[in-house]
Amino acid sequence: MSIEVAGVSKRFGDFVALDDVDLSIPTGQLTALLGPSGGGKTTLLRIIAGLETADSGSVVIEGADTTGVPVQKRNVGFVFQHYAAFKHLSVRRNVAFGLEIRKRPKAEVEAKVDELLRLVHLEQFADRRPSQLSGGQRQRMALARALAIEPSVLLLDEPFGALDAKVRKELRDWLRRLHDEMHVTTVFVTHDQEEALEVADSIVVINDGRIEQVGTPDDLYDKPASDFVLSFLGPVTTLGDHLVRPHDIEISRYEQAAVTVGTITRWTRIGFEVRLEVTPEDARQPGPVLVSLTRTDATALGLHEGDRVWLRLRPGAS
Amino acid sequence: MADLSTTRRTRGPVTYLLRVVAVVYLALLVVWPVALVVTNTFADGLTSLRGLFEDPDMVAALQLTAVAALCATAINLVFGVSMSLLLVRTEFPGKRLLSAALDLPLSVSPIVIGLALVLVYGGRGGWFGPTLEGWGFQVIFSTPGIVMATAFVSLPLVIREVVPVLREIGTEQEQAARSLGANGWQTFWRITLPGIRWAVVYGVVLTLARSLGEFGAVKVVSGNVLGETRTATLAVEEKYLNFDVEGAYAIAFLLASVSVVCIVVVQVLRSRADRH
Repeated sequence: MSIEVAGVSKRFGDFVALDDVDLSIPTGQLTALLGPSGGGKTTLLRIIAGLETADSGSVVIEGADTTGVPVQKRNVGFVFQHYAAFKHLSVRRNVAFGLEIRKRPKAEVEAKVDELLRLVHLEQFADRRPSQLSGGQRQRMALARALAIEPSVLLLDEPFGALDAKVRKELRDWLRRLHDEMHVTTVFVTHDQEEALEVADSIVVINDGRIEQVGTPDDLYDKPASDFVLSFLGPVTTLGDHLVRPHDIEISRYEQAAVTVGTITRWTRIGFEVRLEVTPEDARQPGPVLVSLTRTDATALGLHEGDRVWLRLRPGAS
Repeated sequence: MADLSTTRRTRGPVTYLLRVVAVVYLALLVVWPVALVVTNTFADGLTSLRGLFEDPDMVAALQLTAVAALCATAINLVFGVSMSLLLVRTEFPGKRLLSAALDLPLSVSPIVIGLALVLVYGGRGGWFGPTLEGWGFQVIFSTPGIVMATAFVSLPLVIREVVPVLREIGTEQEQAARSLGANGWQTFWRITLPGIRWAVVYGVVLTLARSLGEFGAVKVVSGNVLGETRTATLAVEEKYLNFDVEGAYAIAFLLASVSVVCIVVVQVLRSRADRH
């Protein structure tokens, strides 16, 4: 185990950010800390980095107890949401910073920096200032800077949170590929479940200062330990007495052994996907049921707004 | 720099009236009097300036002013930057009180500051002065007292420039430097100081300009001994009172031109800092 967090608690005044958290993060994996804002995930990451001190508990990195060790001696790479670029230094000097502090020979620093700039595709920007780079480029620079010190663990705090959707998607894929090449133990914080599901080997769901569930993306999506995890990892709707995913509902215009009967009251098309709201006839149902299906399926079923439909859980969905 | 989008597009009579008022006000209060100092200085060509530099007492006064101003600026540079870091980067009880106290030198009359220094460090009746004098260290009526008075008066200038910039740049860059292995001292030199350098330079120039022109506090603590503890500003007053108007204008011109140079330097730095 690369990172062992044991019994960590942290309060800010009356606010409990972390409540007796235990967590093991295996070596060489890409782990996501996922949860709503204010849930404690960033605090946990900062405690692992040493940027914040826990009120109680211990953090062991690569077998070494780092509980009282200051951040500059932990050898962790940290990437900030807003890049924290050194504004007065060129891209090259930004990346070289950690090596210059470690007083490595000049030639070695040069070679290492060149290699890293190639890795993050910023070779041609080496002599620019961070202010002349786009957000995505700045974050790649920050990543190269963190990797330069050959950290035992790489920690990223909402690394793509400040970027627009398209760049975010690109960087996400790129981070995954980078991780497959480098195999450095990586932990990143995100509140975007899609990001976590897509990139991570394992996901830690954190809410209200507590860990809700730890598992692979498939585990979490298919076997959520609680309603919170279920609803946080994707859209949910209430069918009968159960919380289910909208795409796990089978919809039909013809009478079938159904849980709910209702009328399609709303029809939203988003690209290839169609989202429906079905208002149940049974007044005891709490509200409209959300159903999602592909446009092709919707056309094949001959569905239209105002149709009377029968809903049930798809066979095979839990 | 004025934001063009917020200026009014329409130029009615009110706009022009306001402009005329502003220009006349500035001309009567600042431009005309200062211009008269210049014309009076050069009324006989360069004779008055030459006379000034030939008088050893006047040269001593100018030197004393320069030394006192440079010392005060150096002290306030170190003190100001560390105090700004303390105010912005740390939390402690009484912080707001300290912040308010740091503005005191700007609001209290310099004369009062001079008197207060005499009360503490005065060689005869002072609270701490006799002890220091027993160790052979004279403060009041001597250069240390002049430096102290000057430093006191210009104390908040560096702090007031640096604090907002320090607040604006935030702590993320410093945290990043820490995570990359830099200790506190390395973080300060390599990251924090470059981040606030324009504010520091700006504060230093203002401090220097203010220190060169200090009169009230210095008048009380210096003793005004010719050739020893008489500063340039005190010499201006002395010459003026002795009807040596020429000489007074010459020194006044020198002091004013240094201040103008300071303002120009600051403006140039400002626009450079804005670009970064």
